Amino acid sequence: MSSNDVAVSLRNVGKSYAIRQSSEQHITLAEQMLSRVRHPRRSSQKKTFWALQEVDADIERGKVTALVGRNGAGKSTLLKVLSRITAPTTGRIEVDGRIGSLLEVGTGFHPELTGRENIYLNGSILGMSRAEVSRQFDAIVAFAGVEAFLETPVKRYSSGMYVRLAFAVASHLDTEILIVDEVLAVGDQDFQRQCLGKLGALATDGRTVVLVSHNMGVVKQIADRAILLRDGRVASCGSVEDAIAGYAHQEATGEGLETFTDKDRWDLQLGREVELISGRMGGSPAGFFAAMQDITFDLNVRANQAVAGVRVSLTLSASSGEPVGTSFSEQFDAPAIGEATTLSVRIPNLTLAPGRYHMAVATGTGDARTGHRDYDVITRSLPFEVAPNEGANGAFENWQGHWGRLRLDRLIVEPKVANACLAV
Amino acid sequence: MKVITPPRRWAPLRLHEVWEFRDLFRRFVARDLTLRYRQTALGVIWVVLQPLLGAGILSFVFGQIAHLPSDGVPYFSFAYVGMLAWNTLAATITKISTSLIGNQQLISKIFFPRLVLPLSTLGSTMVDFAVAFAMLIVILFAQGVHVGWTILTFPIWLVLLVLLGSGIGLGAASLMVSYRDIGYVLPVLLQIGLYASPVAYSVAAVPSAVRWVVNVNPLTGLLEGFRSAFLGRAVPSAGAIGWSAACSVFAFFVGALVFANRERRFADVI
Repeated sequence: MSSNDVAVSLRNVGKSYAIRQSSEQHITLAEQMLSRVRHPRRSSQKKTFWALQEVDADIERGKVTALVGRNGAGKSTLLKVLSRITAPTTGRIEVDGRIGSLLEVGTGFHPELTGRENIYLNGSILGMSRAEVSRQFDAIVAFAGVEAFLETPVKRYSSGMYVRLAFAVASHLDTEILIVDEVLAVGDQDFQRQCLGKLGALATDGRTVVLVSHNMGVVKQIADRAILLRDGRVASCGSVEDAIAGYAHQEATGEGLETFTDKDRWDLQLGREVELISGRMGGSPAGFFAAMQDITFDLNVRANQAVAGVRVSLTLSASSGEPVGTSFSEQFDAPAIGEATTLSVRIPNLTLAPGRYHMAVATGTGDARTGHRDYDVITRSLPFEVAPNEGANGAFENWQGHWGRLRLDRLIVEPKVANACLAV
Repeated sequence: MKVITPPRRWAPLRLHEVWEFRDLFRRFVARDLTLRYRQTALGVIWVVLQPLLGAGILSFVFGQIAHLPSDGVPYFSFAYVGMLAWNTLAATITKISTSLIGNQQLISKIFFPRLVLPLSTLGSTMVDFAVAFAMLIVILFAQGVHVGWTILTFPIWLVLLVLLGSGIGLGAASLMVSYRDIGYVLPVLLQIGLYASPVAYSVAAVPSAVRWVVNVNPLTGLLEGFRSAFLGRAVPSAGAIGWSAACSVFAFFVGALVFANRERRFADVI
């Protein structure tokens, strides 16, 4: 690859933050000074945390490059370093062309100013000259669809209008390189489609786009190349397929085994007659399920007291915390006292929408009908992810958040025979 | 080709970047001015009322009650000129020092030369000065104060005053990013400064035993300069001018240096 095709080249880029030890927090200046006096030799109670380390990558000109990785992998930090909001700690970045960035929709909008004033203000904040904004003004207004509200303060805008206007300004930035954080998670479906179309159009225009997304469907749809980050390092750099496969595999680190601690327990006062010891997500790789696949996991339990019987129950929640559903198992014989046993659990006939989930699991006796008593409850554990399913043409289906958490079974629609005569 | 590298130990103040972002600078000034009096009943009248009320109170307390001498100038004019200079300094320091933490969102999410934020506050400060200045001319005329050629020297005093205020403001702004304490200390210091400087009283009214306090204060030379410009009083001595000028320039460079050195870490700690 000739250097002419590289818009941004990163060499050995690292970014570290000093984080305070959690046990020694000195909030005010006075407290800090006091601790200086007490421990004069301990000059620093801060630990260094590397958000990015040894990042080497080339971002190709005129392509859409996606940054993928789990939360905390360093994606946003990398975007901030690229857009010069924060300085790298090590390394060197060469940028060929002007960079525009959109890390959060609507930053720099002032609620008291009108739509027109905000377009100019936000344009300048993003690095456009007054002449550029004037030239693009009509296109921005048309894209956002706010013609009628130009003289209204944006504090009176609906949140949808607000987001549309903000994205409209940013996407009309006339920079060679555009950096976009996960801003497409907002807005309705039509608007998201409009945004994706706009980003694709920028790339065909020869502009370089770098974007972060957790939505593998979007990544597959519009990205030409992808960089996978793991714990601040580049895990793969190049093809989109490699990155998505690597991302899926990353979900399986630790092979899904989770040992429960008191921190995970919902109520420490419970008897723990049958105690939950650990859990291991099923799926392949562990914790990662294909669409329409049954969710399975193993539970390791130990009986501390003799009980007549035990049942398992669970409540499934989306990553947002919103519950999806609850189920109880049949009662079965408890293991002998002091013995641990592994239970295999399967949630049948569940067609979850793509996304991340976690659950609360419990051992207990009885159910909702007979009145129940819990032995032990573990909350916010056993996280897993349901992948978007691959459509017939190989494209990932793009599931919208507001379509709900369940993929309902295929609808049955047929002519209503009995009333056929009425239609005539 | 732009190269991004880790920050060096002593970074220079990148004024040329502010020039590249001059449209943004203008926008910020326009934003401050547009927003200030939106949803206020009296609007722009406040710009005129604030210095008038300030000078009124000072001339009542010091002139009417304490009967301090004002070097033969009507006390109100005397106090008004002092307040004009003092308000400009205080506004410069206050607005610059709070300009960063007042725009946390922008700093942590968008790149632009950080210096644009504090410097753009000077826009509205200067507009206030201009209004109060016009008012001053009316007052001087009404009180029959003779204004001579010395009025032409006022830009010198104004520039030195703004340099001093900007230096203190830039230093305070950079420190306030990490230590919000500065935000509580600064107003108290400004309050003390108002009475420790010859704003409402003349240098002549200060007992000779503590005269040195006034002489060390770099503001004394500047305030005397303003009075010489508008009230036809004697121009301060070369020594006093030199001391004030040196302090102002020094304050500006130290403040700017502190700012330039911490600038690239603002987004991480704000």
